[in-house]
Amino acid sequence: MTSLAVLQPGGSAATALYIVSFVLFILGLKQGTHPTTAKRGNQIAAVGMAVAVVTTLLLNGMGNWGLIIIGLAAGSAIGAYASIKVKMTEMPQMVALYNGVGGGAVALIAWSEIRHGISLGGPMPLESLIPTLFAAIVGSVSFWGSNIAFGKLQEVIPTRPMAVPGQQIINAVLGIGVIAVAIYIAINNDPPSQGLFILILVAAAILGNLVVLPIGGADMPVVISLLNAFTGLSAAAAGFALENVALIVAGTLVGSSGTILTLEMATAMNRSVANILFAGFGGAPAAAAGSGEQRPVTSIGAQDAAIKLAYADTVVIVPGYGLAVAQAQHAVKEMANQLEARGVTVNYAIHPVAGRMPGHMNVLLAEADVPYEQLREMEEINPEMPRTDVAVVIGANDVTNPAAKNDPDSPIAGMPIIEVSEANEVIVIKRSLSTGFAGIDNDLFYEPNTSMLFGDAKAAASEIAAEIEQL
Amino acid sequence: MSIMTEVTIFVLAIFVGFEVISKVPTTLHTPLMSQTNAIHGIVMLGGLIVLGYADDGLEYVIGTIAVAFGAINIVGGFMVTDRMLGMFTKRPKPSASSASRPGAAGSKDKGEDASK
Repeated sequence: MTSLAVLQPGGSAATALYIVSFVLFILGLKQGTHPTTAKRGNQIAAVGMAVAVVTTLLLNGMGNWGLIIIGLAAGSAIGAYASIKVKMTEMPQMVALYNGVGGGAVALIAWSEIRHGISLGGPMPLESLIPTLFAAIVGSVSFWGSNIAFGKLQEVIPTRPMAVPGQQIINAVLGIGVIAVAIYIAINNDPPSQGLFILILVAAAILGNLVVLPIGGADMPVVISLLNAFTGLSAAAAGFALENVALIVAGTLVGSSGTILTLEMATAMNRSVANILFAGFGGAPAAAAGSGEQRPVTSIGAQDAAIKLAYADTVVIVPGYGLAVAQAQHAVKEMANQLEARGVTVNYAIHPVAGRMPGHMNVLLAEADVPYEQLREMEEINPEMPRTDVAVVIGANDVTNPAAKNDPDSPIAGMPIIEVSEANEVIVIKRSLSTGFAGIDNDLFYEPNTSMLFGDAKAAASEIAAEIEQL
Repeated sequence: MSIMTEVTIFVLAIFVGFEVISKVPTTLHTPLMSQTNAIHGIVMLGGLIVLGYADDGLEYVIGTIAVAFGAINIVGGFMVTDRMLGMFTKRPKPSASSASRPGAAGSKDKGEDASK
């Protein structure tokens, strides 16, 4: 059990190296503000991580090298394999999974810290006990919550909201109970009780499951951002417990970023974070809306759609998650290529919650080689809609529903939408008239300037591309 | 390090985080989340410290799992972010693709390449 033994734990040299590492994290994130520099930014952050890991391995007194190597090798192999294999459409669940293991690591470290505190004998100092308890609770919630989110996104478990009767009350009791036991441990800390600590871990685990299970698929972007923030904060708390400045800064940066993204998502859906977490709305059949009278729609084929598009000057494509599910991004790009070859201006209107995590649609379209200059944000493209000849909605539904603007009683009232109905003509490519995540009928489909092209997004886009070529 | 020093660092880091992250455009939010996700893999340091100083059976198990979890988080997180951002940077000439008619099939192949 020899140690490489060069750096004193908590000494100036180790701390200086940790400072280098978090400076690299911040510089790396700063580079992330532009698509052309973001890749280098990620590499800079990775170097920062390498500095932090090597510094830790060089701490005086470190041993158990066999186990350290096993842990590092196994984890690295799994992480590398998964990151190479994952499809871009599966990115949200990948992030959820990495998030979960991060939270799980925090909870385990907290457990070990408590055992360490007990083994020293005597009362455990509150400045390390309180962050340890916090890390344990949040880490455990994040681990289990992320696993459920992963299961839902991967469709291992049903994506519809699953709630037990009295769910809110059970959650509240569990939440308050966990905090109460934590306070009890903190007061009776001579030494802290390991049994009660494990009780907290288990109760927080149940809480993590119960909070995420009732949340529907549509709200997953918000949940993932939030859990990301949680894991970051729990890492920061572990940093307080271990008096490790790298953990504090890095964890806090992640906490900030997750919080910003969560709030942005919630704003884009015009709902509060609390409403998303506790209302179980995403995917709930909203009072069987739309099952009433049959309204007439205009249905067209690929050939008609091709003619409309080919003779337009400006076309805006509005992609939604349906495009991602159908893996239609390449077919859509092909269609856009055909249009551009004929001199048509093509842009893509990206709603903030298009896809299953913030910015997901941009990644999918980038995968299909769509230049990012053509990816336009909602606020930017809406004013141009009245000057647009044809808007093509592919696999998007709720984010184009005019009811959000016109019907104050709609469940999505007030949600910012892409105003496709302002365009001269609208083509909606969709399998059927079924409702979106919000479970409500879309008035857009019945408007006089809307044509429905029923079919699979990928097949339809390929057909249109072929038809344009024939013209 | 005193607890108040740690709190000072924590509070300043919150502001740095908000300042830096709020400048990231929506286009890059998925890679951003994936990158910050990798960064919270920093908890692996905690796992290493726990395991490096462990001296009983349960601690060995807890520490090894924590290190493995952390390593999945770090390695997977940075690699997948790199893959994603590669798609934003590999940009030949936006105008070139629109001019070539059979480019459609070609762009499909390029997409496959990128996912390797």
